[in-house]
Amino acid sequence: MALWLTRSRTVVLQSLKQKHAFWAAAAPLRSSSSSSSSSSSSTVPFPCNSSSPNLFWVNCRFKSTLAMNQLDSLPFSDSDDEQALDFPGGKVTYTSEMTFIPESQEKRVPCYRVLDDNGDLLIGSHLHQMSKEVARKIYNNMVTLQVMDTVFYEAQRQGRLTFYLTSSGEEAINIASAAALTPDDVILAQYREPGVLLWRGFTLQEFTDQLYGNKGDYGKGRQMAIHYGSKKLNYVTISSPLATQLPQAVGIAYSLKMDKKDACAVAYTGDGASSEGDFHAGLNFAAVLEAPVVFICRNNGWAISTNISEQFRSDGIVVKGQAYGIRSIRVDGNDALAVYNAISTAREMAITEQRPILVEALTYRVGHHSTSDDSTKYRPLEEIEYWKTTRNPVNRFRNWIVKNGWWSDKEETELRSSIKKQVMHTIQVGEKTEKPPVADLFSDVYDVTPSNLREQEKQLREDMIKYPQDYPSDVPL
Amino acid sequence: MGTGLTRFGRRMRWVPSGLTRLGKQFSTSVCDNNPPAKSFNLYTAINQALHIALETDPRAYVFGEDVGFGGVFRCTTGLADRFGKTRVFNTPLCEQGIVGFAIGLAAMGNRAIAEIQFADYIFPAFDQLVNEAAKFRYRSGNQFNCGGLTVRAPYGAVGHGALYHSQSPEAFFCHVPGLKVVIPRSPREAKGLLLSSIRDPNPVVFFEPKWLYRLSVEEVPEHDYMLPLSEAQVIREGSDITLVGWGAQLSIMEQACIDAEKEGISCELIDLKTLIPWDKETVEASVRKTGRLLISHEAPVTGGFGAEIAASIVERCFLRLEAPVARVCGLDTPFPLVFEPLYMPTKNKVLDSIKSTVNY
Repeated sequence: MALWLTRSRTVVLQSLKQKHAFWAAAAPLRSSSSSSSSSSSSTVPFPCNSSSPNLFWVNCRFKSTLAMNQLDSLPFSDSDDEQALDFPGGKVTYTSEMTFIPESQEKRVPCYRVLDDNGDLLIGSHLHQMSKEVARKIYNNMVTLQVMDTVFYEAQRQGRLTFYLTSSGEEAINIASAAALTPDDVILAQYREPGVLLWRGFTLQEFTDQLYGNKGDYGKGRQMAIHYGSKKLNYVTISSPLATQLPQAVGIAYSLKMDKKDACAVAYTGDGASSEGDFHAGLNFAAVLEAPVVFICRNNGWAISTNISEQFRSDGIVVKGQAYGIRSIRVDGNDALAVYNAISTAREMAITEQRPILVEALTYRVGHHSTSDDSTKYRPLEEIEYWKTTRNPVNRFRNWIVKNGWWSDKEETELRSSIKKQVMHTIQVGEKTEKPPVADLFSDVYDVTPSNLREQEKQLREDMIKYPQDYPSDVPL
Repeated sequence: MGTGLTRFGRRMRWVPSGLTRLGKQFSTSVCDNNPPAKSFNLYTAINQALHIALETDPRAYVFGEDVGFGGVFRCTTGLADRFGKTRVFNTPLCEQGIVGFAIGLAAMGNRAIAEIQFADYIFPAFDQLVNEAAKFRYRSGNQFNCGGLTVRAPYGAVGHGALYHSQSPEAFFCHVPGLKVVIPRSPREAKGLLLSSIRDPNPVVFFEPKWLYRLSVEEVPEHDYMLPLSEAQVIREGSDITLVGWGAQLSIMEQACIDAEKEGISCELIDLKTLIPWDKETVEASVRKTGRLLISHEAPVTGGFGAEIAASIVERCFLRLEAPVARVCGLDTPFPLVFEPLYMPTKNKVLDSIKSTVNY
């Protein structure tokens, strides 16, 4: 097909060139014979003398009747439906107007929201049914995530944890999107979505054990902190490379489709990851294979220190969907209700229509990229402060539930203090829990440990006995 | 490609007869309680394996660029018609997408059999293979795995393939714990090893010698059978020198062994079959017997898998070795068009190396 297209293009171009050459040669003849000596430059096509032959042709063709006549013999004409091209994907009509699709729309794609900055319901907003219980759980989880982040961040600063990465400012996307899904939906997160796990029931101790890489870590102490994963909770273990989970999510969604499951795959990613090849591979595969997958892109403005102005020139992420044939929406990522509504609907469409949906959630990374980063070096404090206060997603949602009479200040104080105590306790436990045994270094590379690894394990064990000072004392032999 | 193979066959006239001889000589441990085998070429053997894989497991899928109509090498012929377009289908032209998709599919307990049209084009999928497929089980503490993944890709010289249709990239993947790399030498081997790879609970990169797709013909049992992974095979016994190779290069090495025999040198030839995790024991046992080792592969010599074999065997058999380990491999240049016959580790290069090693 590509070859055919190329050929046909060549033919059209050649035909254009021939006409143009013929007409250009004929034009001066015409002007000299039909015009008087006062012939003005308007009759001569030189003002159109552009460096681009195509532009020249289009701009000038109506100025010459000869050219008009030539048009009739061209293989296409304006809006000639009879000659429309029956091309894979549907009929393509021809046009003689050379119009380039603009690089952007005049107006940016609006952002769907339900609650205003004060937590008041916007008039006319359609709201998915949300019970008091669900609303309270969403709020409870957002607060838990906030407190967890604060305590873990501080623990890292004190040297008690090797690494941490907060979700500050993105609590609504984390929790409200999780609330809109069912436990059967398979999650492929990036790394700033621990709230989804929290919603699904990952305990504070389970988080802490992963951060410490102790015996309680399902990942057996192999990965950096924050690389959570839970088979039980349908949350595929985090991997550091960006966007690799997108094409994988399509494979998972395809399996759900083949099994006719009432479930979809949900892939989370950030604005920076949208530049990765796998992002495009994932979206294109999802569209072509009609896979029930919801792509949630947290556009938080920053990829470590790279601002989105240095990341892409498009109107964010949402506009990329259409190029792949994917239905898309832009949502206020700091409005938990809007996120909940959008993801609920996206999920429903993905499953009932067996198609991918792209959701761009506009938000802000209030925290540093990670504990290895100091974001004040590359962005103004006022900007951070603005998003932390005026656009705070947790406060906005609290205002709404308080107005509904579903939440009180007393409960707020109690919740925060209780979660803090619980997290502190898990740290005390996590610190003391022993590390996974040496055997876990070698297992799971393959389903069965091959001979080269058995040999290396034997050698290492001997070394550990010989030079105990070289090895961590908390890793049991 | 088909015409290319024919052309190559003409140019290297010895190849078909050599392969016939190989076909007779190379014995595989196939169960004999089944109807007699008919002769098939390598791509047909692959095709049979794929038919069996799809037939025996409703959760098996075959996909890749152009596989729907049978594939550019015809390996997937008839699959879509028989098993439907939801199980056998074309994908967009995007290798990282193919492998990423395959990993997700495999992670759900399916057998994802992905085709990369040429091994030369596997590199966009390198990250998905190295950072994702290989580590899927390990990083999750065995909560998740993509063991049902098999990536098939035609590799190696073809006579006119030049830089981007000839490469042997196996060594890149041999440096990746968590992957298995398998390369068959003949139709019967290809079928049995491919079925093992597909059913192995680990991700496997399966390189098919495209040189041999049509040229290599031997009796292939039509039933479902598997050949063990990570088991090398002595395909020619000898006492003076051990030769180790895989895939298409074995036919060149076999020729050199035959010629060396005429000069009174007894060569033992080993087909490694699985490059990682590889069968060190079989090679070690052979070198302990012969005292000499020669490794040959089409890929460039520097950093090739031959280097790993050489180092390992020197570690284990240093005092038994009577000569330096020899490597006869591709040159350290990109794979050239006009210069292909110069680049290749030809029979005479192997033969010369056998002689100089034995006479060291």
